[in-house]
Parts: sequence; C-alpha cells; structure tokens
Amino acid sequence: MAPITLDHITKRYPDGSLAVNDFNLQIQDGEFVILVGPSGCGKSTTLNMIAGLEDITSGELLIGGAIVNNKTPKDRDIAMVFQSYALYPHMSVRENMGFALKLAKVPKDVINQKVEEAARILDLTQHLDRKPANLSGGQRQRVAMGRAIVRDPAAFLMDEPLSNLDAKLRVQMRTQVSRIQRRLGTTTVYVTHDQVEALTLGDRVAVMRSGLLQQVGTPGELYHKPYNLFVAGFIGSPAMNFLPGSLEGGALRTSLGDFPLTDEVRREVEGANAGRDVIVGIRPEDFEDAALVPAENRARGITFKTAIDVLESIGSDVFVYFSRGRDTGVSSAELDELAADSGSTDTGADAETVTARLDAATKVREGADVELWADGAAIHVFDPNTGRNLSLAAKAGGPVPPVPQQEGPIT
Amino acid sequence: MATATLTGRQRAGWTTANLVVIVLALIPVAWLLSLSFKAPSAVTDPSFWPAQWTGGNYSGILTSAQFLRPLVNSIGIGLISTFVSVVLASMAAYAVARLSFPGKSVLIGLALLIAMFPLIALVTPMFTIERALGLFNTWFGLIIPYVAFGLPLGIYTLSAFFREIPWELEKAAKMDGATPFQAFTLVIAPLAAPGMVTTAILVFLACWNDFLLAISFTSTISSRTAPAAMEYFSGGSVFTTPTGPIAAAAVVITIPIIIFVLFFQRRIVAGLTSGAVKG
Repeated sequence: MAPITLDHITKRYPDGSLAVNDFNLQIQDGEFVILVGPSGCGKSTTLNMIAGLEDITSGELLIGGAIVNNKTPKDRDIAMVFQSYALYPHMSVRENMGFALKLAKVPKDVINQKVEEAARILDLTQHLDRKPANLSGGQRQRVAMGRAIVRDPAAFLMDEPLSNLDAKLRVQMRTQVSRIQRRLGTTTVYVTHDQVEALTLGDRVAVMRSGLLQQVGTPGELYHKPYNLFVAGFIGSPAMNFLPGSLEGGALRTSLGDFPLTDEVRREVEGANAGRDVIVGIRPEDFEDAALVPAENRARGITFKTAIDVLESIGSDVFVYFSRGRDTGVSSAELDELAADSGSTDTGADAETVTARLDAATKVREGADVELWADGAAIHVFDPNTGRNLSLAAKAGGPVPPVPQQEGPIT
Repeated sequence: MATATLTGRQRAGWTTANLVVIVLALIPVAWLLSLSFKAPSAVTDPSFWPAQWTGGNYSGILTSAQFLRPLVNSIGIGLISTFVSVVLASMAAYAVARLSFPGKSVLIGLALLIAMFPLIALVTPMFTIERALGLFNTWFGLIIPYVAFGLPLGIYTLSAFFREIPWELEKAAKMDGATPFQAFTLVIAPLAAPGMVTTAILVFLACWNDFLLAISFTSTISSRTAPAAMEYFSGGSVFTTPTGPIAAAAVVITIPIIIFVLFFQRRIVAGLTSGAVKG
C-alpha cells in the first residue's frame, strides 16, 4: 500500500510521436483513481509506465515515496489485471494465482493459504483445480483479480479489466471490484474508456485526451464543473447537449431562446475575449416538461415550444429527442473527436438533435408540440476556440485552469 | 473449400484420388516388406508374396555389428542433434518473434539461405574442413552440420508458434516478477510445447534420413549411421547383391519413425493456448 506520484511524466516514442505529455497526478495511499478517455488518449500507456512495461521518456514516477523510473516491474511491487486476463493456460487456477509467490520463493504452505484466502474473497474455491479454458468469462476475470490480490502489492493496476464481459456481468463485477478495493484498501489505478465505469468506481477520475490530462476530480466535480468542452461532452450519459449561442446585450441567445446571464458569467465571458459567439452546454436532466416545473423555479430558466421527434420511456425517466434546425450546428475539434469516439458519426446521428430527460410523470407524447423548460442556472458556456468553460469561474468562485493544448504531433 | 457440402460425385472423386495417392505411396513400402522376408535366392522372384517366408535377413543384420553399431550411431547422433537444434532454435525463434534487434532481418535471411543452399555443393568444402579440424569420422562431425541445417527449419516453425502466444502472457509474467528467462521457461515454452515437438520430429527425421553427409563424413562403423551402413552391406558371395538385408534394414530403420510420430501425434494436434485470452 503506497501513494503513487506521477511528476511531469512524458512518453515519446522513438518515431517522435508523443503519447503522454507532461502528466502530473498525485494518487493517495488507498485511493481508487480512474484514467478515462477515448481510445488513443494515452491512458493505457500511462498505466504501462506505472507498471514498468514501458519506459518513461522524462519525468519522475514515485511509488511509496521512492523513484522507480528505472526499476523493473518485479521490483515495483505492483500487480496488474489485464483486459484479456492473460491467465497462464497450462496452469490451474491455483497455480495461476500462486505463480507470483512461487517466483518470489514464498513457502508452499503460505502460498496455499494466501491463494485459498483470495479464492474465498472471490468465490473461486470450488474452481481452484480447474484450468482457465474450463472457466466462464466472469470466472476468468475473477482469477485475474485473484492473481493480483494474493500478492498483497503496493498497488493494483487494472487495464480495462471488465471490457471483455457482457453488459450484465460487467455491472455485477463493477460492484465487486469496488467492494474488494474498499476491503483491501490498496491503491488502485484503473484504466477504462467507459465513463459510466469511471464515475461509479473512482474516488477520483482523471480524464485524458490526446496524451494530455484534461481534468482530475471526483466524479461529481467532473460532472458538474467540467473545465472544458471535452470533459463536459465525455462525462455523462446521455451526453451534454451543445448549442451555438451568442451574447446579445445581457442575454445569451440560443436557438432555444434567450437565457438570462448572471453578471459573473457575463464578465467572465467578456473578459475571456472570446468574441460574441460561444457554445452553450445543457445536460439532458436540466430540461423539464414545463408543466411539471414548480412556479418558483420557472424564472431561473426559459421555456420554449418544440415538436418531439422520438420519445423513450425507461420507466423511471422519459427521454425525448427534438431537433433545433440545420443551420445551428456548432463545430469544434473536441466535439468532432467526441462524436467519432461515441460512434455517432458512424450511425449518422444528427449532432443537432437535443436530448432531454423528463420526469416520468410527464404527459408529453411523441410527435406532439410541447412546452419544455431549460434550467438557466445549470447551463455551461464554452469558448468555441479553446473549449474553456467560461461559466465555471462564476460557479467555482475562482479562475478556471487553462485548457491544456497539445504541442507536438500526437498519435 | 466447403468439404461439408460435397456432392456424392465429388465425394467419390476425392475418395478415388486419395486412394490412388495412398496406394502409390504404400506399394514401395509393401514391396520392401515382401523383399525383406524373401530368401537371397528368391529376390528376383516376381511374385509379391514370398514363396518361402524367412527371417534370415533380419537375424542376419540384427546380429551383425555392421548394422547394430550404425543403428546406435543413428539414434545417438539424431537425438543429440535434435535436442541441440530445438533448444537453440526455440531461443532464437523467441527472439525473432518477440524482440526487435539490429540485424534481425539479416538473421532470418541467413537462416533461409542456409536452408535453401544445395547440400551437395557444400559437401566437398565441409569434408576438407572436417578433415582439418579432426572431426572427420566422429559423431560431432555429423552433429554439427545436422544442427546447422536443423536450425533454420526450427527457427521458422517455432517463431510461427511463438507468434501465436499472446504477448500479454509475457507481460503478466513480468508483472508477476518473472525474469525474462523464467517467463520463457515457465510460461512461453510450455505453451509452445506442441511446436517444439513438431520441430523436434522434423529435425529428427531429417537427421535420421540423411544419407549424403553420413556417407561423406564417415569412414568406419564407429560413426557411420544406419542409412550409410546399408551401402556397405555385402551379399552371401561376391556375386549376390545384398538386396534382402538392405530391405530388412530399411524396414528396421522405419520403425522408430513410425513409433515417434504415433507417440507425439496427439501432442502435435493438441492446441494448448485455448483459454489464455477470452475466446
């Protein structure tokens, strides 16, 4: 059990491409930190550098207070769970889990005792003498976890450990991973591309994009106070809606209507020298059926009429989709990347479609013209050029860190 | 190739073709067997079944040092060459499959070059070298060239097997605290065992069947291998050809090969890597 410090960690491949750029992160002892981002953002490279499977180009990596840059994986006292589990097919579950201890020349009876204890935690006791080939996906995943647990290492590293499981098992294992981590209290770094996994598991979440750390924070901070357009769009499901807006007098004009602006937001927006055009972000749950909004809240936002294209009811909530016209598109490299990552460019999903989550009590019908309400206090205003969240300073009561910009070619 | 949807006619066609090939391959073997049981005087008898069955050819060669000693040589030289080849080839193949190092493509090219070089062109220079080094007519005089020619074969077959093994297994072994050598011997090699057995069989067969080098680099039965020894069999008199003993010897040296292949067949076929990753 140990804290991990990544101090200005950079990874540059021999061909000059920059995979991880000046990564700084302090992981506390016993903390569960998630690295999340779209594929190719450098999160796995970062994990491999912590593991010692890849060299660090520059910067310092400390585990338990000691610099380990040049130590081999075996001297770093860390265990790793791989996406493919990487179980040794010619060994039984027991041998798989005890392999590291056997290499460390731990006495046989101690190995047995530790393996059996781990098997009990993971509910694998009756499978100990089977080979990995005869196990189900979920059982193999647990063996991979068990292999890490028996070593009682300073830290666990997990590289998308759940992404090979089917959806239902993934949710079950998610809770189990969380429970085991709490029980053992071992520092854990977990890589995933699934933002739901990131938000549900992590004490803190680090969002990466193109080798740059975008924001680190608790799930709540990332969700409510995204530093920039990328984090705002990446975190949350369904994703935040983005609309073009412009500052007209004291108000923010969008295709939904004019939002009133607080003085702080206006000052920040004007101070940012971003021009009059901005990108407005509204989360689906910040919409509501106007009929269900209490009168005292109405003034906080705006109401508008729209036709509902599609309505999906999942019982607890109702999702409605409506369109705001063609000429209103926002364009930004970050949004393009998000769209590519979520696959919406492949499915032909229309970026102009707005998603709203309404209370299940709503009487809204598909195809009908309805009046919706959008919460003006919950909107985010982004600089279209830098992606910076201009409304955050007003909410956070402090300056917003600048958006990290990539400097070299990144692949 | 949709073998599952063969029509009756196609099936009949394939069956015929297969039978023809099998018969063509087995007739010489059958003829050899028949010859080996014929008495020396009946060798020219055109009938397939020996008129009079005799074990004389077998008892003759199996009591003669002219055959027994070369048989021991063959087994010894073959096993040592195979062992050395497989050990060296598996390490080289592992490097070729996993690492990028300067000169890798040169190494692969050289290995292929050695495998393709016509052996007959090398016999004379090698003969001179072996004479100069005192290796002529020794076991090592044969083991060294056999290893040299077994290595390219081994490197090529084994590197294909190593490439099949997921790289994450090695990473996992590394994380579990294994040194590269431990990762190789405890994780990779056991998984590549079917490949190693296949390679061993191929190399052993090549050594066992070699005639050219064996006849060129040996002069006495102290190091002559069985195929070369058969060349020196003599008949009952100056005027009888030793056809019967040669046939019997050919049958005898075929038997270990059949046992070898039958014994390892299951290991060759068995895929061991299933279950390593989700699949």
